[in-house]
Amino acid sequence: MESLLHSVQGYIYPDELQLQWSILIVLYPFITGLVAGAFILASLERVFNVEAVKPTYRLALLTALAFMIVAPLPLQLHLGHPERSFEMYLTPHTTSAMAMFGFVYLWYLMVVLVLEIWLDFRKDIVLMARASTGLKRMLYRAMALGSDNISERSLRIDDKVGKFITIVGIPSAILLHGYVGFIFGSVKANPWWSSALMPVVFIFSAMVSGIALVLLLYQFVSWYRRAAVDMPCLDTIARYLLYAFIIDFSLEMLDLVHRIYEADESFKTLDFMVHTKLYFSQIILQIIVGTLLPIGLLALVQLVKLTEQARRAIYGAAGLLTLVGIFAMRWNVVIGGQLFSKSLLGYTTYKMGLWTREGLLPAIILLILPFVILYMLVKLLPPWDKARGAEVPRAQG
Amino acid sequence: MEADRREFLKQTGLLLVLTGAAAQAWDFVLAGEPEKAPTYKLLDHWWAMAMDIRKCIGCGNCVRACKTENGVLLEPDCFRTWVERYHVHPDDPGHPEVDSPNGGYGGFPEKYKAGDGSKNFFVPKMCNHCAHSPCVQVCPVGATFESPDGVVLVDKTYCLGCRYCVQACPYGCRYIDPRTETVDKCSLCYHRITKGLTTACCEVCPMGARKLGDLKDPKDPIHDFLKDHMIHVLKPEMATGAKAYYNGLDGSVR
Repeated sequence: MESLLHSVQGYIYPDELQLQWSILIVLYPFITGLVAGAFILASLERVFNVEAVKPTYRLALLTALAFMIVAPLPLQLHLGHPERSFEMYLTPHTTSAMAMFGFVYLWYLMVVLVLEIWLDFRKDIVLMARASTGLKRMLYRAMALGSDNISERSLRIDDKVGKFITIVGIPSAILLHGYVGFIFGSVKANPWWSSALMPVVFIFSAMVSGIALVLLLYQFVSWYRRAAVDMPCLDTIARYLLYAFIIDFSLEMLDLVHRIYEADESFKTLDFMVHTKLYFSQIILQIIVGTLLPIGLLALVQLVKLTEQARRAIYGAAGLLTLVGIFAMRWNVVIGGQLFSKSLLGYTTYKMGLWTREGLLPAIILLILPFVILYMLVKLLPPWDKARGAEVPRAQG
Repeated sequence: MEADRREFLKQTGLLLVLTGAAAQAWDFVLAGEPEKAPTYKLLDHWWAMAMDIRKCIGCGNCVRACKTENGVLLEPDCFRTWVERYHVHPDDPGHPEVDSPNGGYGGFPEKYKAGDGSKNFFVPKMCNHCAHSPCVQVCPVGATFESPDGVVLVDKTYCLGCRYCVQACPYGCRYIDPRTETVDKCSLCYHRITKGLTTACCEVCPMGARKLGDLKDPKDPIHDFLKDHMIHVLKPEMATGAKAYYNGLDGSVR
């Protein structure tokens, strides 16, 4: 407690000595952002007929599912009474953004993701159930939910329904992450959060992070499987990443310029914070390393003719930097919003625990977990076209 | 006859000692079921607080009484009420020097010299029991709520400990009680005021700097307080419908 008191500069309300939302709450918008972004990328192929990104369609869907399963875990771990969390569904308080998010989450997970994946993989599941024996056969039969019909007609119906769900899924994905932005943006007591732009910035940053993740995963998986990388696909994804990133960065700069120009009563406090406590994570990590650098790299590919090797290296680096940048953005929103006092007269410090319930170790585990789940999902439902009996069209060169 | 007289004296004594409402509720209070007292009707009250900054001397009695009455932890980050000391230079009112050592629990050690040309005053703070509470709005399960008599309360058996309400309160009036892992805040001594008593902080204030008021009671002196003084609430731009009314609130107070 003594050290807490020493970490305070200026005056903060006594009850503000407790910093309420930890690194786990940083993970929550980071992970849901990856889900929404990966899904929106997947739906490009289906709804807008962007053929080039087809090789990543199923991988993106499974990635979204893997991260979606993990998304509520940091919240659960953070609650003082996780055993009461189900009350949010039983007795939701309708004016609470957080309560309504529970329903948005459930809708998105069950109606959009699971259903779309099931429809898309149904033929594979039925074929695998037929081809396997014993326990494995029982598992796939259970997953087929009693369906065994893979006639042309039934598959066409699957495809039609799947397309409809994807169309519903896009606004749902936007709603999912826009809503996360609203949870912060609607807190009028906090000038760092309170902004109508917050949900919009969250949606575009979600798209950026999700696209970057699939870009990285696709390269990694291809390397791991020793399969050729579909370069037109990779180039297209990287181009979309660049476009989304430019919009995202413009919106964030709009927010910044607006704040600087309006310079309301909170401005001096927030400005001081950005130049001191948030300098490294905001200016260096988020803006320079995590935004300008990857945008520069991705733009370079558009401007200069580079070899396939060089492009792949650039995409890998840009993807990684992007994820670092978006993580830093989530950090700066969640932690940054708690480093200054609502009295606007002082600042506090966030001291992250290491092995505590809300410390660094659980955060790292929660970040690794989706990849473990994804590995299992990929084993269970191979997303490669080979399983469908057709090879991925390979790019030449 | 003797017994009748004793009974008469007891009843009269009680009536004199307690307020009328409390006297009627006394039997129920003694029986441990004050909520069944017919005298307290939720819809007959609308509670508010009258704070007089000109009267506060920063003794910290209110902070100590609150912690004792409500079993609040003595930690320096657990307060249902606290007192702030403002030191304002007249030529720089935008940058007041503010402190609140241990929330004012032990009073304020002398820090500023008299006659240095500055303005010094104490500001008692507590939950504003807002009529449009942002904390109530965001609670995902409705564990915190506005009672019909105008008090913002927390159901500790229902609170998830998500801390969204702590983020939503513009006044910094909420904290997490580490014993229960749920949120805690000023209850306006609900266990007392529903029995016709005043809050612990008002009870012990030697200057009468804070007074509980019932806005629905036309005879309550709070009406005169609001009429006779220039009144302000904290952060009116937040439009929370705050019901802690301050007399003499300086523009530098946040």
